[in-house]
Amino acid sequence: MANKRDLPPINAGALADISFLLLIFFLVTTTMVSDRGLSRILPPWEEEKNEMDVKERNVLSVFINLRNEIMVGGERMELTELKDRAKIFIQNRYDDPNLPEKEITEIELIGEFPVSSGIVSVLSDRGTSYGMYIAVQNELTRAFNEIRDEVSFRFFGRPYTDPGLTNAQRIAVQQAVPLKISEAEQRDMAGGQ
Amino acid sequence: MAVLRKKEKKETPRISMSSLPDVIFLLIFFFMVSTTMRQVDLLVRFTLPVASEAQKLEKKSLVSYIQIGPPTDVRRYGTTPRIQLNDAFRGMGDIGAFVVSEKEKLGEVRGHYLSVSLKADANLHMGIISDVKTELRRAGQNKLIYAAEIYAKH
Repeated sequence: MANKRDLPPINAGALADISFLLLIFFLVTTTMVSDRGLSRILPPWEEEKNEMDVKERNVLSVFINLRNEIMVGGERMELTELKDRAKIFIQNRYDDPNLPEKEITEIELIGEFPVSSGIVSVLSDRGTSYGMYIAVQNELTRAFNEIRDEVSFRFFGRPYTDPGLTNAQRIAVQQAVPLKISEAEQRDMAGGQ
Repeated sequence: MAVLRKKEKKETPRISMSSLPDVIFLLIFFFMVSTTMRQVDLLVRFTLPVASEAQKLEKKSLVSYIQIGPPTDVRRYGTTPRIQLNDAFRGMGDIGAFVVSEKEKLGEVRGHYLSVSLKADANLHMGIISDVKTELRRAGQNKLIYAAEIYAKH
């Protein structure tokens, strides 16, 4: 009992200093960057090249030459026009015979949905800048994402990126609008013939 | 006035500092949890390309990195773009072995889910990038992520 009376109060002032030191250490070493990126699936490797049989109307070829100029389906185009061009191609709203076919597919949660058979093929020159290539990939991803948003809104009432969308719903949208960007093999086209 | 001043002088209380460590500890915990220590020293320099649609990487334990860019130590290594795997410069031919060893590290089951994140400088030419892609395909690696920023850094 006598002890209890004599107990001096612990000086907690230094604790704050120590904590500050630790805090500063973590503040300095911390890197808050969350890695981001565009994910793609590469085609499997084949020793012999076999040409895929794809109907001409189902392919939108995007070529970027070594001066970072873009050619889409035979005509020159600016980067800003690319997204809308890709959207028109994938959606084919008016069933134009020159634009991709649609395959009626049964999808869970959505039902029968005309899935576009269109493939966007990106070709680049060895001299194309990587930044430009990514910019093109980004525009194409945007086109697909916007269509996914539309489909998702139509069936589930919220955009594709909405966190309220369930996993099953998200997969359904992915099946309805598959991300078909071909990682075509590089060709060495000096000058882009 | 005189009365007021007199009153103040008498009653200035000492601010209790005892809760300060608690607040700081809270902050420390926040930073400890959110921090990720940089695993490798970068030998190459890169400014990632900008892509507004870039998505956050899920499951970072399943991601391996390939860095490509001009060396940071220009005097010793020059300015030709080099490939860095783990913590050393490697050649194009080492990518296959790198993929295999990264898959082994994850184990048989999770190895199938390995993604390779390509951290490459935006000013590079596509030649080196597509060579890397070919090597990845040869090694049976099909999940590729082009690392990008969603907005430009100054």
